[in-house]
Amino acid sequence: MTVKSNHVTIKGIRDGLVFLLDDQCEFEELLYELRYKLEHSHQNILTGPIVHVDIKLGAREITEDQKEEILDILKQKGNLLIRSFDSPALVQEVKGPPPIVTMCGMVRSGQVLHHEGNLLFLGDINPGGTVTCTGDIYVLGSLRGMAHAGISGDEEAIIAASVFAPTQLRIADVISRPPDEWESHETGMEFAYLQDNQMQIDKMSNIVRLRRDFNVFKGV
Amino acid sequence: MGEAIVITSGKGGVGKTTTSANIGTALALLGKKVCLVDTDIGLRNLDVVMGLENRIIYDLCDVADGRCRLNQALVKDKRFEELYMLPAAQTRDKNSVSPEQVKDIILELKKDFEYVIIDCPAGIEQGFKNAVAGADQAIVVTTPENAAVRDADRVIGLLESSHIQSPKLVVNRIRNNMVKSGDMLDIDGILQVLNIDLIGIVPDDELVIKAANSGEPTVMNPDSLAAIAYRNIARRILGDTVPLMQMEQKKGAFSRFKKFFGMG
Repeated sequence: MTVKSNHVTIKGIRDGLVFLLDDQCEFEELLYELRYKLEHSHQNILTGPIVHVDIKLGAREITEDQKEEILDILKQKGNLLIRSFDSPALVQEVKGPPPIVTMCGMVRSGQVLHHEGNLLFLGDINPGGTVTCTGDIYVLGSLRGMAHAGISGDEEAIIAASVFAPTQLRIADVISRPPDEWESHETGMEFAYLQDNQMQIDKMSNIVRLRRDFNVFKGV
Repeated sequence: MGEAIVITSGKGGVGKTTTSANIGTALALLGKKVCLVDTDIGLRNLDVVMGLENRIIYDLCDVADGRCRLNQALVKDKRFEELYMLPAAQTRDKNSVSPEQVKDIILELKKDFEYVIIDCPAGIEQGFKNAVAGADQAIVVTTPENAAVRDADRVIGLLESSHIQSPKLVVNRIRNNMVKSGDMLDIDGILQVLNIDLIGIVPDDELVIKAANSGEPTVMNPDSLAAIAYRNIARRILGDTVPLMQMEQKKGAFSRFKKFFGMG
C-alpha cells in the first residue's frame, strides 16, 4: 500500500527536524503514516547522528496515551531526540476554566447524557431521563428529569433551567427532591446550588450573590 | 411497494391491538389493500379483536421457520376483500423468531399490500425489536396517564435512535369531562412532554369494548365517537388534512338557542 495523502510532513531546520502532524485526519491513520515514513525513508537524516526533533500537532487534542503512542514510534529510531511536543490539549490546562459545551436534543425516559465539564443543553429533559456533568448544567428548555451536577464532587456546581420541574436534583453527593425539601414558587428561570451541604433554589437574577465572577459587567 | 407502520406503546393495556385493528380496518374501508400483522407471539389478541380466531391455520412462526408459504398463513377478513391478517403463534414465545426473519416477512408483504400494520407487544424487549425491525413508520399509542406517557417517552427514545425517524402519537381513551375538571392529563400537557406529531385523539367509548368482544372493529359503527376518530387517523395516514375532532359533548338545539340569546 502506498501512502498518497500527506498527513506527516518532515521539515529540516537549522538544528534539527520538525514533524508537522496533520490535525484533521484520523489518529490511527496518522500513526500509520508516521510509522511508514520512518521505516521507508531512505534519507540518511533518519539513520545518521543524533537529531533534535520538534513535534507539532496543530489543533489536534490528544490524550496522554496517544502522546505515548507517537513517542514510542519515534523512539524506535535511536537517533531521534525529542526536544519539544506542541499540542493544544497540553497548552489548554494553563488557560483557566473549561469552556461551556453546547448540546441540543431531547433526553427522553431511560436516556443518559453525560458530559465532562460545563454543559449548556438546548431542549427538554423528560421524566426518567438523566443528565450528569462534572461541572454546571444549564438547560434552555424544561428540566423534568434528573440532573446531577458536579458528579465528581464539585460542590460549587449549579443546575439552572428555564422550566425548573425536576424529579430529582443532585449536586456533588447531595440529593434533593421536590416538593418535600423545597418548593418552586417562581415561574421564571431558576437554579439550584449547595449552601452548607443543603440544596437551595433561587431565581436566576440572584445568581450574582452566589458567584461574583459571573458578573462580568464592570462598566460605569 | 407498500408502507409498514408499527403500532407500539411500551406500556400494556393502552390500546395497541384495538388501534391496530381499527386503523387497519379504516384503511381497508377507504379502499386500501391492508395486511395486519400480530407480533405478540404467545399472547396474541389481534385475531380475537378482528373476530378471525377460528380461521387461523398457520401463523407467523410457521412462515419464519418455513413450514408454510406466506400466503398460506394470511387470514382473509370476513368483511373486506382487501384486508388480511397474519396471526402470531400462541404456543411459542417472543424469542422463537428473530428481527431479521420478521423483517423479511414484512418486506415480502409490502410487495403485495399498500399498508402493513404491525401490532407490537408491550415492553421493549425481543418482541418490540421484532415488531420494529421491518417497519418504516411508527405510531405510538398512549393514554392520558403519567405511567403511559412515561413509557411512551421511553419508546419514542428507542424509536428515534433506530431507523424510524419521526414517530406519530395517538392519545387514546381521553375523557373530556375529566380533562375539564383537571383530573386527567390534557393533550397539550402530553404533547409538551413527548414533543412529537399528534396523528389522532380517540375518546373513551364503551362501544369499543363491546365491539372488541363481538370481534367487530369499532370503526364499522358510525355512531361511535371512537370510530370517527379512527377513521380520521386513517385519512391522516393517507395524507389528508383532517381537523382534530372537537371533544365537546354535542349540545342540543335548545342549549344552542339559549346561547344565541346570551343565556347559556
